[in-house]
Amino acid sequence: MNCNKEAVALMHQYMDGDINKDDERRLRDHLQSCESCQSHFHELKRTTTLIGNTRPASAPKDFTANVMANLPKQKKRKNYARLFQRHPMLTAAAVFFILMFSGIFSAWNQDQQVTVSKQENLEIKEDVVIVPEGVTVNGDLTVRNGDLRIEGKIDGNVTIINGDILDGKPDGSIENELDSSTLRAYTGELTEVNEIYEWMWYQTKSIVSDVFSFGSDE
Amino acid sequence: MESMIKQKIKDVKKGDQSAFEDIVSFYQNKVFHICLRMIGNAYEAEDLAQEAFIRAYTNIHSFDERRKFSTWLYRIATNLTIDRIRKKKPDYHLDAEVKGTDGLDMYSQLAADQALPEEEVESLELQTYIHKEILALPPKYRSVIVLRYLDELPLQEIAEILDIPVGTVKTRVHRGREALRKRLRHV
Repeated sequence: MNCNKEAVALMHQYMDGDINKDDERRLRDHLQSCESCQSHFHELKRTTTLIGNTRPASAPKDFTANVMANLPKQKKRKNYARLFQRHPMLTAAAVFFILMFSGIFSAWNQDQQVTVSKQENLEIKEDVVIVPEGVTVNGDLTVRNGDLRIEGKIDGNVTIINGDILDGKPDGSIENELDSSTLRAYTGELTEVNEIYEWMWYQTKSIVSDVFSFGSDE
Repeated sequence: MESMIKQKIKDVKKGDQSAFEDIVSFYQNKVFHICLRMIGNAYEAEDLAQEAFIRAYTNIHSFDERRKFSTWLYRIATNLTIDRIRKKKPDYHLDAEVKGTDGLDMYSQLAADQALPEEEVESLELQTYIHKEILALPPKYRSVIVLRYLDELPLQEIAEILDIPVGTVKTRVHRGREALRKRLRHV
């Protein structure tokens, strides 16, 4: 047996536990006859015993605490992402609200012109919509981006968006005998919408009432 | 134990950061040990082990739960350590001396802390010598010897950790063993 190659290779196979029975017998026979291989084998075994017997090192005392303190803190964002993944209904609702409110918001910003729902017999003077004396508006009236002065009558609801209702006559004279609150010039409800959140509320309400009235029409 | 760790990993994946604490405290000594024996310096070993755990945490979603967690974790630790060794490679034989004294410093501190009896101090000196000789091995043999004899891992697992074929692991173990035999025969 070639001491330098074959025997040493067998020794390593033996130490790795990969040796077959025949080779093991051959190695044993060889070791009994060859002194240099015997000492080589002895040295190898001693080496592995020495390195195998070293005491395990333990991590510093505050190691775990240090690791925990240094972990990245970006978990919140991940949690939101996971929340949306897990609850598709929530995602749908969130998308719906974003679209709806952005739509309302852009509509609020868009029109700065005075618009009135019913033009018939009405006067518009510099952002003031006037219902002239003797005129009766049948049905609801909506005014956007302008004030409303009622000298005549409105038979229905009044909605003023981004404006006010002005009392009295243009010359400033107040109707003396009658309290304006008891004798209203309009028969329905008055709604004034001046702020963005009121606008949103108004929009939401009108969407809801449209939906319901659409349902009841059928 | 394995099933406890598996449950903790599931908790970490769900976003429970505190569950990771148990994983760290369970594996900290092993990981620190591997890093220390490969790099030879306690400060660097601590730094590397810490980095290994942080990487394991940030990449926990890429861990396949059907596999062994320790293999995956040791792989991160050995890759980091091998990278670090490569960066300081130019004169690692010269380094070995410095590292050796670092090791000695650490052990002498340890000995002072615990007031060990004479024989144990002697065996600590021997251990320091052995560690120094392991550190003098080229890194590719060093990593294999550390995993094989200091952590007593099977060859198959070493192959998975280092991502090399089992045959290569065997060759490196043989060569590393021969190299150490030559250095330690006089002890």
